[in-house]
Amino acid sequence: MNVTEDSTEQCGNSLTRELTQNPLKKIWVPSSTNGLPERHISQRKVCMTNCPTLIVTVGLPARGKTYISKKLTRYLNWIDVPTKEFNVGQYRRECVKIYKSFEFFQPDNEEGLKIRKQCALAALNDVRQFLTDEGGQVAVFDATNTTRERRETIIRFAEQNGFKVFFVESVCEDPDVIAENIVQVKLGSPDYIHCNTEEAVADFMKRIKCYENSYQPLDEELDRDLSFIKIIDVGRRYLVNRVQDHIQSRIVYYLMNIHITPRSIYLCRHGESDLNIKGRIGGDSGLSARGKEFAKALRQFIQSQNIRDLKVWTSQMKRTIQTAEALGVPYEQWKALNEIDAGVCEELMYEEIQQRYPQEFALRDQDKYRYRYPKGESYEDLVQRLEPVIMELERQENVLVICHQAVMRCLLAYFLDKTAEELPYLKCTLHTVLKLTPMAYGCKVESVCLNVDAVNTHRDRPSNVNVLRTTEDALQTVPPHL
Amino acid sequence: QRAGSQNVTVYFIFSFILARGGPHLANPPTVIVMVGLPARGKTYISRKLTRYLNWIGIPTKVFNVGEYRREAVKHYSAYDFFKSDNEDAVKIRQQCALAALRDVKNYLTEEEGQVAVFDATNTTRERRDMILEFGAENGFEIFFIESVCDDPNVIACNILEVKVSCPDYQDCNKTDAMDDFKKRIECYRMNYQPLDPDQYDKNLSFIKVIDVGRRFLVNRIQDHIQSRIVYYLMNIHVQPRSIYLCRHGESQQNMQGRLGGDSGLSTRGRKFAGALAEFVEEQNLKDLKVWTSQMRRSIQTAEALNVPYEQWKALNEIDAGLCEEMTYEDVRERFPEEFALRDQDKYYYRYPSGESYQDLVQRVEPVIMEMERQENVLVICHQAVMRCLLAYFLDKSADEMPYLKCPLHTVLKLTPVAYGCKVESISLNVDAVNTHRDRPERGPSILIRRNSVTPLTSPEPNKKPRMEGLDDPIIREVTPAQLTLCSASHTTLALSTQVSHSYCPYIFTA
Repeated sequence: MNVTEDSTEQCGNSLTRELTQNPLKKIWVPSSTNGLPERHISQRKVCMTNCPTLIVTVGLPARGKTYISKKLTRYLNWIDVPTKEFNVGQYRRECVKIYKSFEFFQPDNEEGLKIRKQCALAALNDVRQFLTDEGGQVAVFDATNTTRERRETIIRFAEQNGFKVFFVESVCEDPDVIAENIVQVKLGSPDYIHCNTEEAVADFMKRIKCYENSYQPLDEELDRDLSFIKIIDVGRRYLVNRVQDHIQSRIVYYLMNIHITPRSIYLCRHGESDLNIKGRIGGDSGLSARGKEFAKALRQFIQSQNIRDLKVWTSQMKRTIQTAEALGVPYEQWKALNEIDAGVCEELMYEEIQQRYPQEFALRDQDKYRYRYPKGESYEDLVQRLEPVIMELERQENVLVICHQAVMRCLLAYFLDKTAEELPYLKCTLHTVLKLTPMAYGCKVESVCLNVDAVNTHRDRPSNVNVLRTTEDALQTVPPHL
Repeated sequence: QRAGSQNVTVYFIFSFILARGGPHLANPPTVIVMVGLPARGKTYISRKLTRYLNWIGIPTKVFNVGEYRREAVKHYSAYDFFKSDNEDAVKIRQQCALAALRDVKNYLTEEEGQVAVFDATNTTRERRDMILEFGAENGFEIFFIESVCDDPNVIACNILEVKVSCPDYQDCNKTDAMDDFKKRIECYRMNYQPLDPDQYDKNLSFIKVIDVGRRFLVNRIQDHIQSRIVYYLMNIHVQPRSIYLCRHGESQQNMQGRLGGDSGLSTRGRKFAGALAEFVEEQNLKDLKVWTSQMRRSIQTAEALNVPYEQWKALNEIDAGLCEEMTYEDVRERFPEEFALRDQDKYYYRYPSGESYQDLVQRVEPVIMEMERQENVLVICHQAVMRCLLAYFLDKSADEMPYLKCPLHTVLKLTPVAYGCKVESISLNVDAVNTHRDRPERGPSILIRRNSVTPLTSPEPNKKPRMEGLDDPIIREVTPAQLTLCSASHTTLALSTQVSHSYCPYIFTA
């Protein structure tokens, strides 16, 4: 059993150390008596080990490796695991300014091989820096990595640096899928900026051929000691080998839930509520007259969209349920979609919060993402709460989510890859629907305002966030209300 | 309208229609079909998975064909019963499978079951095709779980742990039992047709579990429940380990008889923390993980252990909403209807602006998942939370969960054994108040509708094969062969481990 050196006087003593509560996050920590940082407590995070993970993609071109890399990176960052992708193709484009043709990739093109190897090494170097010096937890090494030799190099590199390795291989022989990939992401690539469609497609197919002969897929027997997931035919089948830890288990679960079937996700807030009008936060009030109008407008909008098999989800708060009721279709209630719990500040106006808890109010402005309301929640808590919702959204096809301001910001940040700093200030106005459609490597967003007036509930970050600021400074950005 | 009852009534209506975490009423029921040679862990997986699904609110039940066979053939003689050329036996085994499927159908269509686990070897294509047809006829989704393992150590270990002590071998000594069982396995092996993802079975939905979880092959997951099942199977392991559950030391609010809050430890609570530190040290565990909630009293308790610990917000005590920091007397005075409603249905009841036990289960599920991944863990939590966790490990229903006894200053040590969990209750001999409120006597109560989000205890395995209505109503009993395998001096096999029967009724099944 570990015994920390600076607490030997505590051994065998039934008295426990004093705890203080961190004012921002409301986490109890032992007050450090000698100024040294407390090492032995930690808040539960996804990655509890000190061992960074290197995810290595494997597969022929146009198999979705970059799609998977980017999506996985976005997901991991959202659940607070610092992740970054390193795409070797980008390094190559930096190095070889102008792409001429597929011949660059021919296996006997020595010049080409040299450059490509250098690019891979440069990328690995940056990986090492990210994981060792920059506090990164996961790096995604996105390249074909189709030969055992290349993978061996990477494994040795990881061993030398104390990184765990997890391979993600995408295997697909469906010509339709490959053709679609090429159309969606290759034609628009900088490599083909000067080509027409037919030329680009023809060249790319030849490029794939260059890799095919030397491709050594991950093998159940030969690679039985490696940790990997083989994704076959865009998720029809998976082979999972030797999952080592929690983060790999989460990655596998995520990869098994995503799909590429075209669909749209609609996000909106409940209609304007009675408390919204009064400028009060939280609570569980019903819709105002305008809110009810919005609900009707929403119904018309949904009908006009003519969406196949739309699922409708709400929270368990009255205002979202009332909004959904107006749609006249079945809907599911998720407690996880409830608005952020403002604890002691529930149902207060910002002015009242400033009056009663000026320090809390300032702390919130200092770090709105991590700030936890006393006896309430933080945005950080919200993200954890919403993760199962995101997972199910990935599984589903067309979905309309009727939720709340803070919740919608969290969901939006996931889809649009926003940072923790940006997330709490995303604009999610009442009576506006955001239609998200996955496209290429990201998400297209269409903002549809349903033309029903509502109060503005968005409060920007004021310029003065010092706890000793004046009331005027504190309330500078509060939106108008009754 | 009274706020309290409205809260619950509305909740009932909506939770009946469409509640998160439970399956949609429109969703077809699922039959999980186990596949694999004997001693590959099929029943272990069946029972564990069923326990998990029931706990998260999906009514699930295991149908073990071996048990039907034991009902039909009162006395097991020897492995010859399982030879593929033993015509009488083949017929009986077929009838048992059909009887079990009939019960599956009944469970899923008449008894509001959502998932049925059909636990048998199902090693031939013929048998599996029959089941697929059965599924198609009745509109059930079929999901196969195949366990493939050729490690002789693992298999020998399985046989020792659950086969040798099973009713089939109660008159045999260990060596003979082991020997007979191995021959039994050979009977199946000859006709074993594993799931073939490349050709014959490429359109089926299944997971192949290889070498006890070293590798998985997952084919065509169709829906949310299959995705959750796969995730669960990929997180469980069979390494021996122990899980310790306890509450924080007595808190100041405990002493005042108050609910919730975030107070610190009382003097006795601090004494318990010290005793806990000693206890943990005595247990001499390899790599113990210590988890607490984010509430002061559980963290203070962990602090006394002088080891690293992790704080989980998910382990925080149930949120009593408006009733936080009140005494039960206060609640009864200020919110008499709430008080009554809670006694009526403590599992579903949600405190105004607070949580219910049902909410807790959902909140705590990631903790359970991580506990499955871990080895030795000590969880220092709270009364309601501990009840939830305990209900998962000991397969308690929603009805029982809120009344499980989790006294202060007592550690429960859970050790997985055979198909269940051994529980040792260790009181650390530090006095504390009693915070347990028993279930009050039932008055006229409203009918609780068992909807799809109620955790159920995994139901008693169905034993009686329904022989009525079969083509051949007269089942000739197989003449008991000579007990050639068992030596004259039958030694009744003692249980390989001591078990407290009040917690673990399921020891003998194979």
